[in-house]
Amino acid sequence: MSTELSPIVEITGVSKRFGSFAAVDDVNLTIGQGEFFALLGPSGCGKTTLLRMLAGLELPTEGRIIIDGQDMSGVPANQRPVNMVFQSYAVFPHMSVLDNVGYGLKVSGVARSEIRERAQDALALVKLGDFGHRMPDQLSGGQRQRVALARALVKRPKVLLLDEPLSALDAKLREQMRLELVNLQETVGITFVIVTHDQDEALSMASRIAVMEAGQVRQLAPPAELYEFPKTRFVADFIGSVNMFEGKVEAVEGDVIRLSCPGLERPIEVEQPDTPPIGSTAWAALRPEKIDISKEPPPDPTVNTTPGKIEEITYLGEVSIYHVRISDVLPLVKVAMANIDRVTRRPFTWEDEVYLCWTRQCGVVLDR
Amino acid sequence: MEDWRRTPLVFWVTSLPPSLWLIVFFLIPLALVWVMSFGELDGLVDIKITGTLANYERALDPLYLEVFGKSLLFAGFTTVISLVVGFPVALAIVFASPRWRPILLLLVILPFWTNLLIRTYALIAVLRVRGFANFSLEWLWDQGNTVLALLGLGSYQLLGERFEPLELLYNNSAVVIGLVYVHMPFMILPLYAALERLDRSLIEAALDLGASQFRAFLTVVVPLALPGIISGGILVFIPALGSFLTPDLLGGTDSQMIANVIERQFKGANDWPFGAALSFLLMYLTFAALTVRALVNRRAERRGGA
Repeated sequence: MSTELSPIVEITGVSKRFGSFAAVDDVNLTIGQGEFFALLGPSGCGKTTLLRMLAGLELPTEGRIIIDGQDMSGVPANQRPVNMVFQSYAVFPHMSVLDNVGYGLKVSGVARSEIRERAQDALALVKLGDFGHRMPDQLSGGQRQRVALARALVKRPKVLLLDEPLSALDAKLREQMRLELVNLQETVGITFVIVTHDQDEALSMASRIAVMEAGQVRQLAPPAELYEFPKTRFVADFIGSVNMFEGKVEAVEGDVIRLSCPGLERPIEVEQPDTPPIGSTAWAALRPEKIDISKEPPPDPTVNTTPGKIEEITYLGEVSIYHVRISDVLPLVKVAMANIDRVTRRPFTWEDEVYLCWTRQCGVVLDR
Repeated sequence: MEDWRRTPLVFWVTSLPPSLWLIVFFLIPLALVWVMSFGELDGLVDIKITGTLANYERALDPLYLEVFGKSLLFAGFTTVISLVVGFPVALAIVFASPRWRPILLLLVILPFWTNLLIRTYALIAVLRVRGFANFSLEWLWDQGNTVLALLGLGSYQLLGERFEPLELLYNNSAVVIGLVYVHMPFMILPLYAALERLDRSLIEAALDLGASQFRAFLTVVVPLALPGIISGGILVFIPALGSFLTPDLLGGTDSQMIANVIERQFKGANDWPFGAALSFLLMYLTFAALTVRALVNRRAERRGGA
């Protein structure tokens, strides 16, 4: 899925090697003007290194980074049209909040009266208008992060880089800040590039997500596409929870794939446009919330179904996860059911013999 | 932390020996010297405590004030030079790879394992007229002449007729060189401790916001290293102020520091009351330096630094 937006960041064949280890391995990405772009991946996947290369704090071993039409090779960090919100916030502890926010303007030789005004505006933008004279140690973690945000935004960068900006906040605040960051981005219209290992964060905020693993981009897509149509097992497993069935492609009729899996009585049928060759090994990936549990097998023969026994129930508040044993050779299958009724009305319980069913449109078949 | 309140026995047993030691070998002698500073000589060996302030009056004589001033100047120069030289060294150690850091720190501490006297004599061997510094300069002079000869300029004697060794020893600069050499580790170690705690991303943030390397250094690294700078400064300034051996061995006739004068009162001049008064004046100067540090630290704390 390409973007019609004009590109603001173009990353071409960028690698970063430390000795023989490639932290970032031949990455090609184009980020559009005004996007909220997320680099998502487990720790050590190279996402932070890539971000730091955009900031100029790390130099690529190979490849080219173009920001706003300008080649960044040889442009040091202090001359790039980007600013960064650091994971630790890196708020200067010896300067007041206002001085922190005004720092970037001050070192660029902006007039003192203008610094005050713009810093005050930036603070108001992050709802810290009255905190200018506080010292950083008089602020909470969330407020310190807002200072870091205001400090980075006050220079009106072409791109704002955010390195795990929410990881140090508690869960409640984190959720609130996600919304605020999205709103802020819409207000200022600056391209945001955020690095995160938290899939919920990426899914809820980003317009597009690049999933990284071992220094490479595994998939680049908008959140819904990434969740519903992962391209690889890694992506399917990393984004959300998934049940994975390994099997052989038995037949392909039109765009319906029949995958026979050891441990399942009937082959799994999945409808999808791109089909792997017959006879190849493939995996059916099935989200827990897409599976239904019933006492009777479904009447419609095109619906996938398999008998099983509930072994474990995990109550999570809004949903309960049922762990269902289908066969001894398969891991327990997770099924999520919304707790619409009170817990006491739960229709199934431990040791119940049930049928799991899901339609052909529910899962995806992955060939790697 | 307040556990000792509940176990007074342990508290007394552990704190009594060091307290006794300090009282017997530090406080009582100090008090004796203090009392002595208000006395006068009675004959050749006896000292009468008369409560006179004559010793202090004499100490404020321009002759001695000049020595005090010179001591302050030497100590001040030593502190500033140690800071200017030590700061890059401390920074380099902090930014060195973890494998090299302990080795570099060891190299800084290494001179402590050698006796001060031996180190000072070694410095004499370096600085004297026929010493290593002059040998090196002479070698450079020779090489320079060879190059000039090769260029066909040999006959002009552009570098002088012959090599004139520099007078590096037995003057004021020799004393400062010696003091810097001896006290450098006391500057580097506190600086290292302060810089090591410094969050690297603060420097990166400054660069990211458009500051030059130098600006980032001045506006972020130096202010945040201020407690280390003050500690190092005090640790160099106070011992340098009371230095005795270095000016004695490396200095010329006019590079006496106050400790040399004090030593002479207790030995050659045999005027213990006057020596005592000078000693206490030196100590008051030390207290003044410590007060400055306390004030700066308190201000830094109030600003939320450190």
